[in-house]
Amino acid sequence: MLNYIWLGMLVMGFVIGILNGRVEQVTKAAMDSSNNAVSFCIGLLGVLCLWSGLMNIAEKSGLVRVISKLAKPVLRRLFPDIPSRHPALGAMVLNLTANFLGLGNAATPLGIKAMHELQKLNHRKDTATDAMSMFLVLNASIITLVPSMVISVRVEAGSAKPGEIIGTIWVASACAFIAGIIATKALSIIWRNKP
Amino acid sequence: MNVLKAVSDFAIPVLFLVILSIAVYRDVKVYDVFIEGAEEGISTILRIMPSLVGLMVAVGVFRESGALDLLVYALKPVTKLLGIPPEIVPLIFMRPISGSASLALVSDIIKTYGPDSFIGRVASTMMGSAETIFYTLTVYFGSVGIKNIRYTLVAALISDVVGVIAAVWICTLVFGS
Repeated sequence: MLNYIWLGMLVMGFVIGILNGRVEQVTKAAMDSSNNAVSFCIGLLGVLCLWSGLMNIAEKSGLVRVISKLAKPVLRRLFPDIPSRHPALGAMVLNLTANFLGLGNAATPLGIKAMHELQKLNHRKDTATDAMSMFLVLNASIITLVPSMVISVRVEAGSAKPGEIIGTIWVASACAFIAGIIATKALSIIWRNKP
Repeated sequence: MNVLKAVSDFAIPVLFLVILSIAVYRDVKVYDVFIEGAEEGISTILRIMPSLVGLMVAVGVFRESGALDLLVYALKPVTKLLGIPPEIVPLIFMRPISGSASLALVSDIIKTYGPDSFIGRVASTMMGSAETIFYTLTVYFGSVGIKNIRYTLVAALISDVVGVIAAVWICTLVFGS
């Protein structure tokens, strides 16, 4: 997927650039962008290290496990097909908690573990179950407690109040999260008899 | 709406204090554990750097050639109807496709229009509230060999569109346009 989009953007960019008579600008953009990417990463490094360090403290002190325990009753309602105490539930809670806390590194391996557990309950191994769809939609729309990446970008750009967007991000994600749950539930009913 | 502003201002200091107090209560060696985690930040950056170079070059070429202007122009009627600033439109398309490319776009928007402008705030809110759907679906379904994903992408895109509209709405409400 990304292969085609990347290819399409480059080919279209160069072709349209030539047609527009902007060959020099396009060439310069290619060179400058690669440089910018690296200096941008270096600018991000400090805040990201700070955040990863703090989150590691949260994980080691057991805060992540407490949050998992609190979320379990809610998850049971969203995944009625999964037997309670099935390991899929625990893995999903841990993944969603990691996403909630912005622990990207920890989230992906936990999510893949959850998918493996969900696949054990699947009768048609090449087709997604309702539980898998719900898990992925939740995973994609869950609120991030502190959006550290955005904040570090704003710090880098010299914002007077880099953290002022936390509140608006929470509200927007909450809307996306609720819409995702409703859409998934509705679509699972519509799709019930389709392959 | 002052409440939301206050929450945003206090969120980070309070979070630090809560996490540190719990850690001290549980006898965690806070400094050692912090250093261990901070090292992870470096490896994260190293991992995203190559894809960021690749995607930022593609975005740079696409934008500088005038192709992006064509796309934004073509979609003007729809975005105008929803009250979305036209400068944000490329980000809306990029956000579900690639995390690093949308990060590149966001940082570019923020640098061009200023982090504390309305456009900068909407872009920040959108970046923080949406997720890289295509990447997530590819990795997770790919890990267990699922080919028929049924309605998952549709549901995820509905959630994404609602998030975009909500981001514009809440920013207008809190910061004014």
